[in-house]
Amino acid sequence: MTMFTLDDVRRILRRCAGAPEGDALDGDIADVPFAELGYDSLALLEMAAHVQQEYGIRIPDDAIEEMPTPRAAVEYLNRRFAGEPSR
Amino acid sequence: MSKRNTTTRSGRAPDERVVVTGIGVTAPNGVGTEAYWAATLDGKSGLARITHFDPERYPTRVAGVVQEFDAAEYVPSRLIVQTDHWTHLGLAATAMALDDAGVDPAELPEYEMAVVTASSSGGNEFGQREIEKLWSKGPQYVGVYQSIAWFYAATTGQVSIRYGMRGPCGVICAEQAGGLDVAAQARRLLRREARLVVTGGTDASRSPYALVAQITSGMLSTRDDPVRAYLPFDVDACGHVPGEGGAMLIAEGESAARDRGAVPYGVIAGYGASFDPRPEPGRPPRANLARAIRLALDDARVRPDQVDVVFADAVGVPERDLAEAAAIGEVFGPRAVPVTAPKTMTGRLYGGGAALDLATALLAIRDGVIPPTVGVTSPAPGCDLDLVLGAARETPVRTALVLARGYGGFNSALVVTAP
Repeated sequence: MTMFTLDDVRRILRRCAGAPEGDALDGDIADVPFAELGYDSLALLEMAAHVQQEYGIRIPDDAIEEMPTPRAAVEYLNRRFAGEPSR
Repeated sequence: MSKRNTTTRSGRAPDERVVVTGIGVTAPNGVGTEAYWAATLDGKSGLARITHFDPERYPTRVAGVVQEFDAAEYVPSRLIVQTDHWTHLGLAATAMALDDAGVDPAELPEYEMAVVTASSSGGNEFGQREIEKLWSKGPQYVGVYQSIAWFYAATTGQVSIRYGMRGPCGVICAEQAGGLDVAAQARRLLRREARLVVTGGTDASRSPYALVAQITSGMLSTRDDPVRAYLPFDVDACGHVPGEGGAMLIAEGESAARDRGAVPYGVIAGYGASFDPRPEPGRPPRANLARAIRLALDDARVRPDQVDVVFADAVGVPERDLAEAAAIGEVFGPRAVPVTAPKTMTGRLYGGGAALDLATALLAIRDGVIPPTVGVTSPAPGCDLDLVLGAARETPVRTALVLARGYGGFNSALVVTAP
Protein backbone atom coordinates (compact mmCIF):
# COMPACT_ATOMS: atom_id res chain seq x y z
CA MET A 1 0.00 0.00 0.00
CA THR A 2 1.23 3.50 -0.86
CA MET A 3 2.12 5.55 2.16
CA PHE A 4 2.17 9.32 1.98
CA THR A 5 4.50 11.02 4.47
CA LEU A 6 5.42 14.48 5.68
CA ASP A 7 8.51 14.29 3.50
CA ASP A 8 6.26 13.79 0.48
CA VAL A 9 4.40 16.96 1.45
CA ARG A 10 7.72 18.81 1.68
CA ARG A 11 8.98 17.41 -1.61
CA ILE A 12 5.83 18.18 -3.58
CA LEU A 13 5.33 21.65 -2.12
CA ARG A 14 8.93 22.60 -2.87
CA ARG A 15 8.53 21.47 -6.44
CA CYS A 16 5.13 22.94 -7.22
CA ALA A 17 4.86 25.96 -4.95
CA GLY A 18 8.40 26.86 -3.92
CA ALA A 19 9.99 26.97 -0.47
CA PRO A 20 8.89 29.53 2.11
CA GLU A 21 11.38 32.21 3.15
CA GLY A 22 13.88 30.81 5.65
CA ASP A 23 12.82 27.36 4.41
CA ALA A 24 10.46 26.67 7.30
CA LEU A 25 9.53 23.38 5.59
CA ASP A 26 12.57 21.72 7.10
CA GLY A 27 11.31 22.17 10.64
CA ASP A 28 8.62 20.47 12.68
CA ILE A 29 5.75 21.44 10.46
CA ALA A 30 3.17 18.70 11.03
CA ASP A 31 0.72 20.88 12.92
CA VAL A 32 1.61 24.29 11.51
CA PRO A 33 -1.24 25.55 9.34
CA PHE A 34 -0.28 25.81 5.67
CA ALA A 35 -1.28 29.46 5.73
CA GLU A 36 1.35 30.13 8.41
CA LEU A 37 3.96 28.36 6.31
CA GLY A 38 3.12 30.77 3.49
CA TYR A 39 1.00 28.46 1.34
CA ASP A 40 -2.37 29.78 0.26
CA SER A 41 -5.29 27.90 -1.27
CA LEU A 42 -3.73 28.11 -4.73
CA ALA A 43 -0.61 26.38 -3.43
CA LEU A 44 -2.74 23.60 -1.91
CA LEU A 45 -4.69 23.15 -5.15
CA GLU A 46 -1.37 22.87 -6.95
CA MET A 47 -0.14 20.31 -4.39
CA ALA A 48 -3.32 18.29 -4.86
CA ALA A 49 -2.88 18.39 -8.64
CA HIS A 50 0.67 17.12 -8.35
CA VAL A 51 -0.39 14.29 -6.01
CA GLN A 52 -3.07 13.30 -8.52
CA GLN A 53 -0.54 13.23 -11.35
CA GLU A 54 2.12 11.36 -9.41
CA TYR A 55 -0.06 8.78 -7.67
CA GLY A 56 -2.86 8.50 -10.18
CA ILE A 57 -5.68 9.05 -7.74
CA ARG A 58 -8.42 11.64 -8.02
CA ILE A 59 -8.61 14.38 -5.42
CA PRO A 60 -11.59 16.73 -5.60
CA ASP A 61 -10.85 20.46 -5.40
CA ASP A 62 -12.77 20.89 -2.16
CA ALA A 63 -10.55 18.29 -0.48
CA ILE A 64 -8.10 21.05 0.37
CA GLU A 65 -10.58 22.12 3.04
CA GLU A 66 -9.73 18.89 4.82
CA MET A 67 -6.03 19.67 4.72
CA PRO A 68 -5.43 22.72 6.91
CA THR A 69 -2.08 21.35 8.13
CA PRO A 70 0.59 19.01 6.75
CA ARG A 71 -0.50 16.31 9.25
CA ALA A 72 -4.11 16.62 8.09
CA ALA A 73 -2.96 16.41 4.47
CA VAL A 74 -0.93 13.25 5.15
CA GLU A 75 -3.87 11.65 6.97
CA TYR A 76 -6.38 12.61 4.30
CA LEU A 77 -4.21 11.40 1.45
CA ASN A 78 -3.42 8.10 3.19
CA ARG A 79 -7.15 7.51 3.65
CA ARG A 80 -7.59 8.13 -0.05
CA PHE A 81 -4.73 5.75 -0.92
CA ALA A 82 -6.41 3.16 1.32
CA GLY A 83 -9.40 3.35 -0.93
CA GLU A 84 -11.74 5.52 1.10
CA PRO A 85 -13.97 7.47 -1.24
CA SER A 86 -13.72 11.23 -1.24
CA ARG A 87 -16.71 12.87 0.34
CA MET B 1 -5.73 46.57 11.23
CA SER B 2 -2.09 47.48 11.28
CA LYS B 3 -1.25 50.43 13.44
CA ARG B 4 0.60 51.89 10.47
CA ASN B 5 -2.78 52.65 8.94
CA THR B 6 -3.54 55.30 11.48
CA THR B 7 -0.55 57.47 10.59
CA THR B 8 -1.84 60.76 9.29
CA ARG B 9 -0.30 61.89 6.07
CA SER B 10 1.32 65.24 5.61
CA GLY B 11 -0.53 67.72 3.43
CA ARG B 12 -0.16 67.31 -0.32
CA ALA B 13 -0.17 70.13 -2.80
CA PRO B 14 -1.55 69.99 -6.34
CA ASP B 15 1.67 71.55 -7.64
CA GLU B 16 4.13 69.67 -5.42
CA ARG B 17 7.28 68.74 -7.31
CA VAL B 18 7.63 65.01 -7.74
CA VAL B 19 11.11 63.51 -7.73
CA VAL B 20 12.68 60.16 -8.51
CA THR B 21 14.80 58.90 -5.63
CA GLY B 22 15.56 55.32 -6.63
CA ILE B 23 16.27 53.40 -9.83
CA GLY B 24 16.53 49.67 -10.51
CA VAL B 25 17.42 48.28 -13.94
CA THR B 26 17.23 44.87 -15.55
CA ALA B 27 18.38 45.32 -19.15
CA PRO B 28 19.85 43.16 -21.89
CA ASN B 29 23.15 45.02 -21.63
CA GLY B 30 23.32 45.14 -17.84
CA VAL B 31 21.60 44.00 -14.67
CA GLY B 32 21.78 46.68 -11.98
CA THR B 33 21.68 50.41 -12.63
CA GLU B 34 25.41 51.04 -12.67
CA ALA B 35 26.24 47.97 -14.77
CA TYR B 36 23.61 49.04 -17.31
CA TRP B 37 24.75 52.65 -17.29
CA ALA B 38 28.44 51.80 -17.74
CA ALA B 39 27.61 49.47 -20.64
CA THR B 40 25.32 52.06 -22.22
CA LEU B 41 27.90 54.85 -22.04
CA ASP B 42 30.42 52.45 -23.60
CA GLY B 43 28.04 51.64 -26.44
CA LYS B 44 27.94 47.98 -25.39
CA SER B 45 24.98 46.28 -27.00
CA GLY B 46 22.91 43.49 -25.51
CA LEU B 47 21.49 42.40 -28.87
CA ALA B 48 22.34 38.85 -29.93
CA ARG B 49 20.94 35.80 -31.63
CA ILE B 50 18.20 34.20 -29.54
CA THR B 51 19.48 31.18 -27.57
CA HIS B 52 16.67 30.45 -25.07
CA PHE B 53 14.91 28.59 -27.90
CA ASP B 54 15.93 27.69 -31.43
CA PRO B 55 14.84 30.72 -33.49
CA GLU B 56 15.75 29.19 -36.86
CA ARG B 57 12.14 28.78 -38.01
CA TYR B 58 11.17 32.35 -37.16
CA PRO B 59 11.78 35.40 -39.35
CA THR B 60 13.15 37.36 -36.35
CA ARG B 61 16.17 35.71 -34.75
CA VAL B 62 17.92 38.55 -32.90
CA ALA B 63 16.69 39.94 -29.56
CA GLY B 64 17.83 41.79 -26.48
CA VAL B 65 17.76 39.16 -23.75
CA VAL B 66 18.75 39.87 -20.15
CA GLN B 67 21.92 37.89 -19.42
CA GLU B 68 23.28 36.54 -16.16
CA PHE B 69 20.02 37.10 -14.32
CA ASP B 70 19.33 34.73 -11.46
CA ALA B 71 15.80 35.39 -10.21
CA ALA B 72 16.57 33.57 -6.95
CA GLU B 73 19.00 36.35 -6.08
CA TYR B 74 16.10 38.81 -5.83
CA VAL B 75 12.84 36.88 -5.65
CA PRO B 76 11.68 34.45 -2.95
CA SER B 77 11.27 30.86 -4.10
CA ARG B 78 7.52 30.92 -3.39
CA LEU B 79 7.11 33.86 -5.77
CA ILE B 80 9.33 32.48 -8.52
CA VAL B 81 7.02 29.53 -9.18
CA GLN B 82 3.93 31.77 -9.16
CA THR B 83 5.15 34.39 -11.60
CA ASP B 84 6.44 34.88 -15.11
CA HIS B 85 9.99 35.91 -16.01
CA TRP B 86 8.68 39.42 -16.69
CA THR B 87 7.53 39.69 -13.08
CA HIS B 88 10.87 38.29 -11.84
CA LEU B 89 12.59 41.12 -13.72
CA GLY B 90 10.14 43.62 -12.21
CA LEU B 91 10.51 42.33 -8.66
CA ALA B 92 14.30 42.40 -9.02
CA ALA B 93 14.29 45.96 -10.37
CA THR B 94 11.93 47.03 -7.57
CA ALA B 95 14.21 45.55 -4.90
CA MET B 96 17.15 47.45 -6.43
CA ALA B 97 15.17 50.69 -6.69
CA LEU B 98 13.95 50.59 -3.08
CA ASP B 99 17.48 49.84 -1.91
CA ASP B 100 18.81 52.70 -4.04
CA ALA B 101 16.21 55.08 -2.60
CA GLY B 102 17.07 53.99 0.93
CA VAL B 103 13.43 53.21 1.65
CA ASP B 104 12.15 50.57 4.03
CA PRO B 105 8.48 50.12 3.07
CA ALA B 106 7.74 48.50 6.43
CA GLU B 107 8.27 51.90 8.04
CA LEU B 108 5.76 53.75 5.85
CA PRO B 109 1.93 53.83 6.02
CA GLU B 110 0.75 51.01 3.79
CA TYR B 111 -2.18 52.91 2.24
CA GLU B 112 0.11 55.78 1.23
CA MET B 113 2.36 53.60 -0.93
CA ALA B 114 1.23 52.65 -4.42
CA VAL B 115 2.52 50.59 -7.32
CA VAL B 116 1.79 51.65 -10.90
CA THR B 117 3.60 49.72 -13.63
CA ALA B 118 3.44 49.49 -17.38
CA SER B 119 2.91 46.14 -19.04
CA SER B 120 2.41 45.18 -22.62
CA SER B 121 3.02 41.46 -23.05
CA GLY B 122 1.90 39.87 -19.80
CA GLY B 123 3.27 36.54 -18.63
CA ASN B 124 3.58 34.99 -22.06
CA GLU B 125 6.38 32.51 -21.37
CA PHE B 126 4.53 31.13 -18.34
CA GLY B 127 1.35 31.07 -20.40
CA GLN B 128 2.94 29.24 -23.29
CA ARG B 129 4.28 26.57 -20.93
CA GLU B 130 0.83 25.99 -19.43
CA ILE B 131 -0.90 25.98 -22.82
CA GLU B 132 1.61 23.36 -23.98
CA LYS B 133 0.63 21.22 -20.96
CA LEU B 134 -3.03 21.69 -21.84
CA TRP B 135 -2.50 20.48 -25.40
CA SER B 136 -0.12 17.65 -24.65
CA LYS B 137 -1.37 16.28 -21.32
CA GLY B 138 -4.78 17.73 -20.52
CA PRO B 139 -6.43 20.39 -18.40
CA GLN B 140 -5.58 18.78 -15.04
CA TYR B 141 -1.91 19.43 -15.78
CA VAL B 142 -2.35 23.19 -16.17
CA GLY B 143 -0.87 24.82 -13.08
CA VAL B 144 -3.09 26.95 -10.88
CA TYR B 145 -0.68 29.88 -11.02
CA GLN B 146 -1.52 30.43 -14.66
CA SER B 147 -4.59 32.19 -13.28
CA ILE B 148 -2.46 34.95 -11.75
CA ALA B 149 0.85 34.85 -13.63
CA TRP B 150 -0.19 35.86 -17.11
CA PHE B 151 -2.18 39.00 -16.62
CA TYR B 152 -0.94 42.53 -17.07
CA ALA B 153 -1.37 43.59 -13.45
CA ALA B 154 0.64 40.65 -12.07
CA THR B 155 3.85 42.62 -11.51
CA THR B 156 2.02 45.50 -9.87
CA GLY B 157 0.12 43.02 -7.69
CA GLN B 158 3.15 41.00 -6.64
CA VAL B 159 5.17 44.14 -5.80
CA SER B 160 2.19 45.47 -3.85
CA ILE B 161 1.83 42.23 -1.87
CA ARG B 162 5.52 41.76 -1.28
CA TYR B 163 6.09 45.24 0.16
CA GLY B 164 2.68 45.86 1.73
CA MET B 165 1.88 48.75 -0.59
CA ARG B 166 -1.89 49.04 -0.42
CA GLY B 167 -2.46 52.50 -1.87
CA PRO B 168 -3.99 53.24 -5.29
CA CYS B 169 -2.21 50.63 -7.43
CA GLY B 170 -2.68 50.08 -11.12
CA VAL B 171 -1.26 49.00 -14.44
CA ILE B 172 -1.22 50.86 -17.75
CA CYS B 173 -1.16 48.97 -21.03
CA ALA B 174 -0.21 51.37 -23.82
CA GLU B 175 2.61 49.33 -25.33
CA GLN B 176 5.86 51.33 -25.37
CA ALA B 177 4.12 54.57 -24.26
CA GLY B 178 3.02 52.98 -20.98
CA GLY B 179 6.40 53.49 -19.33
CA LEU B 180 5.86 57.26 -19.45
CA ASP B 181 2.14 57.16 -18.72
CA VAL B 182 2.83 55.41 -15.40
CA ALA B 183 5.31 58.11 -14.34
CA ALA B 184 2.60 60.71 -14.99
CA GLN B 185 0.13 58.64 -12.98
CA ALA B 186 2.67 58.40 -10.15
CA ARG B 187 2.93 62.18 -10.15
CA ARG B 188 -0.87 62.53 -9.98
CA LEU B 189 -1.04 60.13 -7.04
CA LEU B 190 1.79 61.85 -5.18
CA ARG B 191 -0.07 65.14 -5.44
CA ARG B 192 -3.07 63.52 -3.81
CA GLU B 193 -2.97 60.67 -1.36
CA ALA B 194 0.29 58.85 -1.98
CA ARG B 195 3.62 59.36 -0.25
CA LEU B 196 5.65 56.91 -2.33
CA VAL B 197 4.96 55.28 -5.68
CA VAL B 198 6.83 52.39 -7.25
CA THR B 199 6.58 53.07 -10.96
CA GLY B 200 8.20 52.03 -14.23
CA GLY B 201 7.82 48.70 -15.92
CA THR B 202 9.35 45.57 -17.32
CA ASP B 203 8.33 43.21 -20.08
CA ALA B 204 9.63 39.88 -21.30
CA SER B 205 7.98 39.10 -24.58
CA ARG B 206 10.40 36.25 -25.09
CA SER B 207 8.61 32.98 -25.75
CA PRO B 208 8.11 31.75 -29.32
CA TYR B 209 4.41 32.54 -28.96
CA ALA B 210 5.20 36.11 -27.86
CA LEU B 211 7.65 36.58 -30.70
CA VAL B 212 5.08 35.42 -33.24
CA ALA B 213 2.54 37.84 -31.77
CA GLN B 214 4.97 40.72 -32.24
CA ILE B 215 5.91 39.71 -35.76
CA THR B 216 2.33 40.47 -36.78
CA SER B 217 3.06 44.20 -36.28
CA GLY B 218 5.25 44.04 -39.39
CA MET B 219 7.77 46.25 -37.59
CA LEU B 220 10.30 43.66 -36.41
CA SER B 221 13.74 43.37 -37.91
CA THR B 222 14.50 40.16 -39.76
CA ARG B 223 18.23 40.77 -40.03
CA ASP B 224 20.64 38.23 -38.52
CA ASP B 225 23.58 40.53 -37.81
CA PRO B 226 22.98 42.02 -34.34
CA VAL B 227 25.07 45.06 -35.26
CA ARG B 228 22.91 45.85 -38.31
CA ALA B 229 19.54 44.60 -37.07
CA TYR B 230 18.20 47.77 -35.43
CA LEU B 231 19.15 51.07 -37.09
CA PRO B 232 16.55 53.74 -36.33
CA PHE B 233 16.78 56.92 -38.45
CA ASP B 234 19.37 55.22 -40.71
CA VAL B 235 19.12 54.82 -44.47
CA ASP B 236 19.42 51.11 -43.73
CA ALA B 237 16.62 51.02 -41.12
CA CYS B 238 14.78 47.68 -41.19
CA GLY B 239 12.47 47.60 -38.19
CA HIS B 240 13.33 47.05 -34.55
CA VAL B 241 14.69 44.25 -32.42
CA PRO B 242 12.51 43.04 -29.54
CA GLY B 243 13.97 43.04 -26.07
CA GLU B 244 13.13 42.26 -22.46
CA GLY B 245 13.67 43.97 -19.13
CA GLY B 246 13.07 47.55 -18.08
CA ALA B 247 13.38 49.77 -15.06
CA MET B 248 11.53 50.46 -11.85
CA LEU B 249 11.65 53.86 -10.20
CA ILE B 250 10.76 55.21 -6.78
CA ALA B 251 8.82 58.47 -7.00
CA GLU B 252 8.11 60.73 -4.03
CA GLY B 253 6.94 64.23 -3.32
CA GLU B 254 10.00 66.44 -3.13
CA SER B 255 9.41 67.70 0.40
CA ALA B 256 8.91 64.19 1.79
CA ALA B 257 12.00 62.99 -0.05
CA ARG B 258 14.15 65.87 1.23
CA ASP B 259 12.77 65.45 4.76
CA ARG B 260 14.11 61.93 4.93
CA GLY B 261 17.44 62.96 3.45
CA ALA B 262 17.00 61.37 0.03
CA VAL B 263 19.07 62.67 -2.88
CA PRO B 264 16.76 62.90 -5.91
CA TYR B 265 17.92 62.04 -9.41
CA GLY B 266 15.55 64.54 -10.94
CA VAL B 267 12.04 65.92 -11.20
CA ILE B 268 9.14 64.50 -13.19
CA ALA B 269 8.40 67.93 -14.55
CA GLY B 270 6.00 67.59 -17.44
CA TYR B 271 3.88 65.10 -19.33
CA GLY B 272 1.81 65.11 -22.46
CA ALA B 273 -0.03 62.40 -24.36
CA SER B 274 -1.86 62.24 -27.65
CA PHE B 275 -3.35 59.62 -29.89
CA ASP B 276 -2.94 59.15 -33.61
CA PRO B 277 -6.06 59.04 -35.79
CA ARG B 278 -7.05 55.90 -37.62
CA PRO B 279 -5.18 55.63 -40.93
CA GLU B 280 -7.38 56.56 -43.88
CA PRO B 281 -6.97 54.93 -47.28
CA GLY B 282 -5.36 57.22 -49.81
CA ARG B 283 -4.14 59.71 -47.22
CA PRO B 284 -0.72 59.88 -45.60
CA PRO B 285 -0.83 58.75 -41.96
CA ARG B 286 -1.23 61.63 -39.54
CA ALA B 287 0.86 61.68 -36.39
CA ASN B 288 0.16 63.65 -33.24
CA LEU B 289 3.53 63.19 -31.57
CA ALA B 290 4.38 66.90 -31.82
CA ARG B 291 1.24 67.71 -29.84
CA ALA B 292 2.33 65.37 -27.03
CA ILE B 293 5.76 67.06 -26.99
CA ARG B 294 4.24 70.54 -26.75
CA LEU B 295 1.88 69.47 -23.99
CA ALA B 296 4.78 68.04 -21.99
CA LEU B 297 6.94 71.14 -22.44
CA ASP B 298 4.05 73.42 -21.47
CA ASP B 299 3.29 71.28 -18.44
CA ALA B 300 6.94 71.54 -17.37
CA ARG B 301 7.03 75.28 -18.19
CA VAL B 302 10.08 74.57 -20.32
CA ARG B 303 10.88 76.24 -23.65
CA PRO B 304 12.21 74.06 -26.48
CA ASP B 305 15.60 75.81 -26.30
CA GLN B 306 15.95 74.74 -22.67
CA VAL B 307 15.85 71.04 -23.54
CA ASP B 308 19.33 69.48 -23.49
CA VAL B 309 18.53 66.07 -24.98
CA VAL B 310 15.69 64.09 -26.53
CA PHE B 311 15.46 60.34 -25.96
CA ALA B 312 13.73 59.23 -29.14
CA ASP B 313 11.14 56.50 -29.54
CA ALA B 314 13.22 55.29 -32.51
CA VAL B 315 11.03 52.49 -33.76
CA GLY B 316 13.31 51.76 -36.71
CA VAL B 317 10.57 51.70 -39.37
CA PRO B 318 11.50 54.31 -42.00
CA GLU B 319 8.17 56.15 -42.32
CA ARG B 320 7.67 56.17 -38.57
CA ASP B 321 11.23 57.38 -37.97
CA LEU B 322 10.54 60.19 -40.45
CA ALA B 323 7.34 61.10 -38.59
CA GLU B 324 9.25 61.26 -35.31
CA ALA B 325 12.06 63.33 -36.82
CA ALA B 326 9.43 65.68 -38.28
CA ALA B 327 7.72 66.08 -34.89
CA ILE B 328 11.05 66.85 -33.18
CA GLY B 329 11.96 69.28 -35.99
CA GLU B 330 8.54 70.94 -35.80
CA VAL B 331 8.98 71.74 -32.10
CA PHE B 332 12.74 72.34 -31.85
CA GLY B 333 13.82 73.27 -35.37
CA PRO B 334 16.28 71.33 -37.53
CA ARG B 335 19.26 69.83 -35.66
CA ALA B 336 18.54 72.11 -32.72
CA VAL B 337 18.72 69.55 -29.92
CA PRO B 338 20.80 66.39 -29.36
CA VAL B 339 18.75 63.25 -29.97
CA THR B 340 19.70 59.76 -28.86
CA ALA B 341 18.32 56.22 -28.79
CA PRO B 342 20.24 54.02 -26.35
CA LYS B 343 17.53 51.42 -26.96
CA THR B 344 19.65 50.48 -29.99
CA MET B 345 21.63 48.52 -27.35
CA THR B 346 18.65 46.79 -25.72
CA GLY B 347 15.97 46.48 -28.36
CA ARG B 348 12.49 47.79 -27.73
CA LEU B 349 11.31 46.59 -24.32
CA TYR B 350 7.59 47.43 -24.77
CA GLY B 351 6.17 48.05 -21.28
CA GLY B 352 9.72 48.33 -19.95
CA GLY B 353 11.19 50.44 -22.73
CA ALA B 354 10.14 53.98 -21.90
CA ALA B 355 10.69 53.34 -18.19
CA LEU B 356 14.29 52.40 -19.01
CA ASP B 357 14.64 55.51 -21.19
CA LEU B 358 13.34 57.59 -18.30
CA ALA B 359 15.89 56.01 -15.94
CA THR B 360 18.59 56.64 -18.55
CA ALA B 361 17.57 60.29 -18.89
CA LEU B 362 17.88 60.73 -15.12
CA LEU B 363 21.35 59.16 -15.17
CA ALA B 364 22.31 61.51 -18.03
CA ILE B 365 21.25 64.44 -15.82
CA ARG B 366 23.19 63.04 -12.86
CA ASP B 367 26.44 62.56 -14.76
CA GLY B 368 26.26 65.24 -17.46
CA VAL B 369 26.64 62.83 -20.37
CA ILE B 370 24.38 61.73 -23.21
CA PRO B 371 24.64 58.02 -24.06
CA PRO B 372 25.10 57.13 -27.71
CA THR B 373 22.91 55.63 -30.39
CA VAL B 374 24.83 52.61 -31.69
CA GLY B 375 24.89 51.02 -35.14
CA VAL B 376 23.50 54.04 -36.97
CA THR B 377 26.03 55.54 -39.38
CA SER B 378 24.07 57.21 -42.20
CA PRO B 379 20.95 59.11 -41.15
CA ALA B 380 18.16 58.81 -43.70
CA PRO B 381 17.20 61.83 -45.82
CA GLY B 382 14.57 63.78 -43.90
CA CYS B 383 15.84 62.62 -40.50
CA ASP B 384 17.39 66.01 -39.90
CA LEU B 385 18.46 65.34 -36.32
CA ASP B 386 21.56 65.99 -34.22
CA LEU B 387 21.91 62.28 -33.42
CA VAL B 388 24.45 61.35 -30.77
CA LEU B 389 26.23 58.64 -32.72
CA GLY B 390 29.13 56.35 -31.94
CA ALA B 391 30.26 57.68 -28.57
CA ALA B 392 28.71 59.30 -25.52
CA ARG B 393 28.66 63.10 -25.52
CA GLU B 394 29.70 64.91 -22.35
CA THR B 395 27.59 67.98 -21.80
CA PRO B 396 25.58 69.36 -18.90
CA VAL B 397 22.07 67.92 -18.96
CA ARG B 398 19.50 69.78 -16.90
CA THR B 399 16.38 69.05 -18.92
CA ALA B 400 15.61 65.88 -20.87
CA LEU B 401 12.61 64.94 -22.99
CA VAL B 402 11.68 61.28 -23.36
CA LEU B 403 9.41 60.18 -26.22
CA ALA B 404 7.51 56.94 -26.55
CA ARG B 405 5.01 55.69 -29.08
CA GLY B 406 2.92 52.66 -28.35
CA TYR B 407 1.75 50.36 -31.12
CA GLY B 408 -1.76 51.34 -32.12
CA GLY B 409 -1.38 55.10 -31.88
CA PHE B 410 -0.26 56.03 -28.36
CA ASN B 411 2.11 59.01 -28.10
CA SER B 412 3.61 60.08 -24.79
CA ALA B 413 6.23 62.65 -23.88
CA LEU B 414 7.80 63.24 -20.49
CA VAL B 415 10.12 66.02 -19.34
CA VAL B 416 12.56 65.38 -16.51
CA THR B 417 14.69 68.13 -15.01
CA ALA B 418 17.68 68.29 -12.69
CA PRO B 419 16.70 68.26 -9.00
